[in-house]
Amino acid sequence: MGTVLVVTSGKGGVGKTTSTAAIGAALAATGDKVAVVDFDVGLRNLDLVLGAERRVVFDFINVIQGHAKLSQALIRDKRLDKLHLLAASQTRDKDALTEEGVEEVIGALRSSFDWVICDSPAGIERGAKLAMRHAEIAIIVTNPEVSSVRDSDRIIGILDARTAKAERGETIQKHILIARYDPARAARGEMMSIDDVLEILSLPLIGIVPESQSVLQASNVGSPVTLANPKSPAAHAYLDVARRLKGETVKMRIPTGKRKMFAGLFRRAA
Amino acid sequence: MMFGFFKLRSAPVARDRLKVLLEHERAFSGKPDLINVLREEILGVIGKHVAIDPGKVRLTADQAGQVSTLTIDVEIPTDLPRATAA
Repeated sequence: MGTVLVVTSGKGGVGKTTSTAAIGAALAATGDKVAVVDFDVGLRNLDLVLGAERRVVFDFINVIQGHAKLSQALIRDKRLDKLHLLAASQTRDKDALTEEGVEEVIGALRSSFDWVICDSPAGIERGAKLAMRHAEIAIIVTNPEVSSVRDSDRIIGILDARTAKAERGETIQKHILIARYDPARAARGEMMSIDDVLEILSLPLIGIVPESQSVLQASNVGSPVTLANPKSPAAHAYLDVARRLKGETVKMRIPTGKRKMFAGLFRRAA
Repeated sequence: MMFGFFKLRSAPVARDRLKVLLEHERAFSGKPDLINVLREEILGVIGKHVAIDPGKVRLTADQAGQVSTLTIDVEIPTDLPRATAA
């Protein structure tokens, strides 16, 4: 039986989809069988970030409604044969995602994959609640910025109250992934520090992804950053997250402005 | 430049504002039925000692600035006997 993980945040634009793609790819690269599932019905993007947008024939809703088999809807990544995508529907109404349908599909995925990663839509509505519903582990993507931290706090409350695990009286494992961290600005006191964010949310940290050109470049070309720019600090951060999820103890890399500057110099020189 | 340096240290302000805000949000949000739960439990405790009319209990939660207040207004009839001995 695999592990169901939700990548969530409350706020939009903090890096959920990028993180889902990168963590999925990093786990698949270790040999684990991974399914990434897009829950953002009507605003799907995981297919685009993974470069599979032209290969989507059937989606999550088609499977729920019995118009396609799960095996037909799963898209195998061209670079990593252990990575599979279940796309969201772009045209259907979000109400087509039913509670029973989600339970059935997630249950089926759990029995044939090592990891089922649910990419949550922004907000705290139905889609976000269904994405977290069957998760055992939650990764809360947070930017060191007031609105993102506040929304993370809200989503943490919902994770503790509305997941199937919580309703059974168990605790869902929660981790903070800080994304878009700018070490130079944090050093100048213009951006909240890692410690500030962790103190406020009082949850363990699973990784720090620096704000970086390589993340944008990876999504531009439709490739997880761990494949597009495997030597970038952002890729290292995600590869470390995958190792931590697998139970390894990995020293936390704190991004520094210097490293980023040198990486930039080398890229330009190349 | 020096002026800019001092002006830009806004992170501590962000942190402190968040701490105050979230303390209140954690107490009263995410639990929309908190007031009802409190109402039922308080009613239960008082009802053990005094017979009260559930319709004559008012509970309100308020938040102003850095202070939250919980107001409990229970009407206890003086002519009714005590429910059970404690």
